[in-house]
Amino acid sequence: MAYSDKVRSLYTDQLKGLQDGGIFKIERYIHSVQDAEIEVEFPPGAPLKKVINICANNYLGLSSHPDVVAAAHKGLDARGYGMSSVRFICGTQDIHKQLEQKVTEFLGTEDTILFPSCMDANAGVFEAVLTDQDVMISDRLVHASLIDGIRLCKATTDSFKHSDMAHLEEKLQLHSDKRVKLVITDGVYSMDGDTAKLDEMVALCEKYDAMILVDDSHASGFIGKTGRGTHEKCGVMGKIDIITTTFGKGLGGASGGCVSGRKELVELCRQKARPYLFSNTIAPPVVAGVISVLDTLSKTTERRDKLEKNANWWRQHLLEAGFILQPGDTPIVPVMLFNAKLSQDFARDLFAEGVYAIGFFFPVVPQGKARIRTQISAAHEMHHLEKALEAFIKVGKKYDILGKTKAEVTAMYGN
Amino acid sequence: MEEIRDVVLEYVRNEYMEDQDEELTYDTALISGGFVDSFSMVSLKRFLETRYKISLPDNRATPEAFDTVNKITDLVMEFLGK
Repeated sequence: MAYSDKVRSLYTDQLKGLQDGGIFKIERYIHSVQDAEIEVEFPPGAPLKKVINICANNYLGLSSHPDVVAAAHKGLDARGYGMSSVRFICGTQDIHKQLEQKVTEFLGTEDTILFPSCMDANAGVFEAVLTDQDVMISDRLVHASLIDGIRLCKATTDSFKHSDMAHLEEKLQLHSDKRVKLVITDGVYSMDGDTAKLDEMVALCEKYDAMILVDDSHASGFIGKTGRGTHEKCGVMGKIDIITTTFGKGLGGASGGCVSGRKELVELCRQKARPYLFSNTIAPPVVAGVISVLDTLSKTTERRDKLEKNANWWRQHLLEAGFILQPGDTPIVPVMLFNAKLSQDFARDLFAEGVYAIGFFFPVVPQGKARIRTQISAAHEMHHLEKALEAFIKVGKKYDILGKTKAEVTAMYGN
Repeated sequence: MEEIRDVVLEYVRNEYMEDQDEELTYDTALISGGFVDSFSMVSLKRFLETRYKISLPDNRATPEAFDTVNKITDLVMEFLGK
């Protein structure tokens, strides 16, 4: 037996280390569709509890929207369940090409290629378009999937301090001798909810002859006046060389992602990106669902407008109640608690009050910056937000943190 | 040698530390301790090469060799022939 007791103990020790370190992740089982209200079994075996969900990436509330579900059903009936093939053998249907065209139109780019996920898009894009003669200059807080993609690529790596344009400029000067310089950023940063300064970054890229890649996963469908993303918000539509994004958040919430941008770069991904070449693409029902999402979002801004209104209300009322928030104007609203244990206790008490939120702490966020990350949805009605606010205030009073400064909170609980 | 050590320490503080009050010593584990993002080691390498007019081969400019200010200083000294 290869899996000897000695080998097993290696892994049990590793798992115990995660538990002892307080970073062992526990899943809650949801017995309903994803929505503003969900039925949760937690801990396992406990009776189901109906709670308001404020921690999903379901920004536009489309994860279980009847129109999207109906479109996916139609797609399932018309094009089947799966393709049993990668794209370049016999895994490309007409609807895959339709979706690529619709994403291109929606984002205002030249061309698009689908990937099984945005994680795969980010894992494949760098290696496909860069060589060891090039440099990748990334913001220090980019998403883990970009970091993994960067690691897989032979180009030189460098990074700049988060959102620090002077530092980025220094790096562009330092690497002026490279064949291609690619600046890499998230559009909206998922832990803090802040937006990249794409206008300034594009100006620097033009000045130093660099390309720019934006992962707009936490923006596509709702950031910008018509929901095209961070590039719309910052007034640089058509100037982003590569956008990667997901269909697993605002754009329906199922799965799948893409690389959208300059047509030559997209074609190189089609020829060379390994997660594209060696994995089935998005399943037909999901493709049909995303097509219906993009059709709807291209016709009306109703859902992103409602999301914006909800998020503004939520942010304003939490501030008025005396919570400390990370500044920003996106539907990601982090409520700062600073102390890791306090963030866990706070989340547990919120759950008891019927509100499902998660406390994040080191190493997911920097030491001393523990928080409850709240994410607002267009699926939230005012009564959901009012009830969630009531719960936050009740738990906030219990821990006596309302109206307190960071110094006062950390004096009570540590950081 | 003291001068090299302090120049490197100052560079590391400005380049990598988000919080200028954070404690940084000659023996702080920069990369394995999570202070320095390994992606930007190239900046540190280029800085050392330009400042001290040396050429550090890639196989010597490793995360291990760059993990503390003291180790970086030793590496620079070696290539300066001191």
